[in-house]
Amino acid sequence: MSVTKQEVAKIAGLARINLTDDELDQMVPELNNILAWVEQLGEVDVSGIEPMSAVIPNALRLRADEVDADPLTGGGKRDAVLANAPAAEHGFFGVPKVIE
Amino acid sequence: MTDLTKLGVKAIRDGVREGEFTAREVATSFNAAVAEAAALNAFVVTTPDHALAAADAVDAKRAAGDELGAMAGVPIGMKDLFASRGVQTTAASHILEGFTPEYESTVSQNLWNAGAGMLGKLNLDQFAMGSSNETSHFGNVSSPWRKEGSNAAMSPGGSSGGSSSAVAARIAPAATGTDTGGSIRQPAAFTGICGIKPTYGRCSRWGVVAFASSLDQAGPMARSVEDCAIMLGAMAGFDPKDATSLKMDVPDWESALSADLKGKRVGIPKEYRMEGTDAAIIASWEEGKAWLKDAGAEIVDIALPHTKYALPAYYIIAPAEASSNLARYDGVRYGLRDLPEGSGLQEMYAATREAGFGDEVKRRILIGTYVLSAGFYDAYYNQAQKVRALVAQDFEQAWETCDLILAPTTPTASFPLGSLNDDPLTMYLNDVFAVPASLAGLPAMSVPAALTPEGLPLGLQLVGKPFDEQTVLNAGLAIQQRSGFDHAPEKWW
Repeated sequence: MSVTKQEVAKIAGLARINLTDDELDQMVPELNNILAWVEQLGEVDVSGIEPMSAVIPNALRLRADEVDADPLTGGGKRDAVLANAPAAEHGFFGVPKVIE
Repeated sequence: MTDLTKLGVKAIRDGVREGEFTAREVATSFNAAVAEAAALNAFVVTTPDHALAAADAVDAKRAAGDELGAMAGVPIGMKDLFASRGVQTTAASHILEGFTPEYESTVSQNLWNAGAGMLGKLNLDQFAMGSSNETSHFGNVSSPWRKEGSNAAMSPGGSSGGSSSAVAARIAPAATGTDTGGSIRQPAAFTGICGIKPTYGRCSRWGVVAFASSLDQAGPMARSVEDCAIMLGAMAGFDPKDATSLKMDVPDWESALSADLKGKRVGIPKEYRMEGTDAAIIASWEEGKAWLKDAGAEIVDIALPHTKYALPAYYIIAPAEASSNLARYDGVRYGLRDLPEGSGLQEMYAATREAGFGDEVKRRILIGTYVLSAGFYDAYYNQAQKVRALVAQDFEQAWETCDLILAPTTPTASFPLGSLNDDPLTMYLNDVFAVPASLAGLPAMSVPAALTPEGLPLGLQLVGKPFDEQTVLNAGLAIQQRSGFDHAPEKWW
């Protein structure tokens, strides 16, 4: 399978990355080279094989039902959470106007 | 007094314990070496005060007669992928430039708890995506090594290129690395040092900037197997904050180190004899077999039939996970925001990500987005995950006839910076020998073996059974004792 310039533009839109026309032109052959190369995976007989979901069998754990069991990841950290926000206002993340 | 920057982890720790020198003297020497080595561009930021404060704490503890930790007095380099409280953490990207975490990653905290200090945050390929350290927003890292008779800047490997360069140049006794598809082992091989990626889950991923979460593992890079064993012991351990963290005791790898390999069977995978592999690499592989045999091991031929499909599967799985992980960089919560005049939320996302990500990162996000998109998910992503299961199955079958695998780390020695930039695919092929162990989550190590006729280091790779870092380290030690590799690059910086 290969991708056209329009398809790459659509993928970039889904990924929320602006690409200039020149960047699109450069990206199309690069992506097609990579896609042509991964195509060889189609040769592999995978009948009866389950897709791998975990490399090391490890059951998910439940944490103790305790408030702020780990103070590092507990609550009450509003200022720390907002400390690196480019536009924190009134204790919230600031974003451009979304609703008219 | 001896030049303290020549010393490794064990020598520094033991010297500080014995009172041969103080931790402050060690930190001061390395801080000075780091300051002199700007030409390598190994660090994004240096933190001499952090190193001194940690050293003073160790010296005070010793004076008080308190017990010292496993890394006491050892100043290290921290790959700039680990969140460090109060110190800029960028993943070598523009989008995280200026990001100053309010918290410390588990692995780095474990190291500080063991008495280590931080010389600075080490440069890397942007978001750990790259094999040559040429994708950093903060410029290429140079290897301290050069080809004989040439002044061309060589690649330190990637993505942990700042780590490998700093340790090989003796401006840090050790450094942290992370390995998603070879990012500890390949740079270690390129610069003549040791590096081990433990079993997936040994080191907590909490506070490590995520690339491909099912593959990412942290590990140490240092100049000897003993130093790696000590530092891995300090880094590893169960962490409830990482859902994939292994709830297992951390063995005392250092005290169990033994170069006696009697009773161990070492598998030689025939599929790793690939076209295009340097003759010098094949020769060092042969030498490695002889060394392990000399250490008492039995050499057996094995088959890993799906080896050639590991790399293409990786280049679907890793970008797919990356496209999802990197969705968090949106210009809202941290890092860069690019808000063109009069634009809305969606335009802000797209403009921020355009300005903040480098070309290789964009390429991988696009591939990941494509292979996960409706209509292609089965053909690409699911197929790759099935192939991944087969690659892991190959190893499981191999463990029926061997306890350990010996292979080259890379198909070539280091190359000049800028020489492989024309085609992303050629660069990807660098990790062809490293990726299978990553896909299977296995412990794997690179140890220096020899120099090429041009004077560049080559590494040998050891891959072990899950949780069996000990056998990997032991075989590494057996190679280290027999190769006698103690070459250091000539100082030009």
